[in-house]
Amino acid sequence: MEIGLAHYLTVAAILFTLGIFGIFMNRKNVIIIMMSIELMLLAVNINLVAFSSFLGDLVGQVFTIFVLTVAAAEAAIGLAILVVYFRNRGTIAVEDINMMKG
Amino acid sequence: MVVQALAFYLFATVAVLSATAVVTVRNPVHSVLLLILTFFNAAGLFVLLGAEFLAMLLVVVYVGAVAVLFLFVVMMLDINFVEMRQGFLNYLPIGVLIAVVLFVELALVGAGWTLTDGAVAVLAQPTPAGLTNVEALGQLIYTDYAYIFQAAGLVLLVAMIGAIVLTLRHREGVRRQKISEQVKRNRADTLEVKKVPVGRGI
Repeated sequence: MEIGLAHYLTVAAILFTLGIFGIFMNRKNVIIIMMSIELMLLAVNINLVAFSSFLGDLVGQVFTIFVLTVAAAEAAIGLAILVVYFRNRGTIAVEDINMMKG
Repeated sequence: MVVQALAFYLFATVAVLSATAVVTVRNPVHSVLLLILTFFNAAGLFVLLGAEFLAMLLVVVYVGAVAVLFLFVVMMLDINFVEMRQGFLNYLPIGVLIAVVLFVELALVGAGWTLTDGAVAVLAQPTPAGLTNVEALGQLIYTDYAYIFQAAGLVLLVAMIGAIVLTLRHREGVRRQKISEQVKRNRADTLEVKKVPVGRGI
């Protein structure tokens, strides 16, 4: 049977949904939330590459490279902030991050 | 064609299952390892789509850098992960609800869209025939998208500087070797010669 664009879009949609689900389920663990964000970015990348491949337009793959770059930068900065936060507070629970308000 | 379909279903199934496990397993270290598995399978999907360069990039960047960074942070921080799991089930209903709503919306969008007839005529960069994926991407990135490519490098530089600035700290009371001060020492400020009178001492 033929594997078409719809198959790849379905996989990407499931991965994106899992990312959202992970953010809502792991309210205490910032590391898992960041991994969920990576999953969502991966789903977006799969979408871009699938459209690029099936439409025969290379710009989708060029854009995917830049998404990858931003994702890597985001992970590095996010984990650095996490390490600093853990040094100050001794916890990484998202629910406890309420000292910055006001 | 059958092999391609089988490969797609294998990669897609493993990717979805391991992504599910990433957000549900108890141990964050397992979570990171499953994330690596997900990215490997996504790279397999990219190969099936004919984007070999991006597949290799995904393996190098994610498995080689990002996942190792996650693993490093998970293992470095001394976190009570049993406590982390408390309240997991409290969020299950709202999480499932929002996930289902979002998936239904995505499915509706996916079922509803069609390509217009003119879409193929207005491609920005049609895939050149007779070139490998890497060649075609390279010719595009280093010519038409050179400035954006430089900007991406700048983003990485800023991220690197930011991560260093955030996590670098100078602890008080730690003795370090300061080579410049050692070199600047001279005899006058370390050594003093005194005449000692006989029988009196200093």
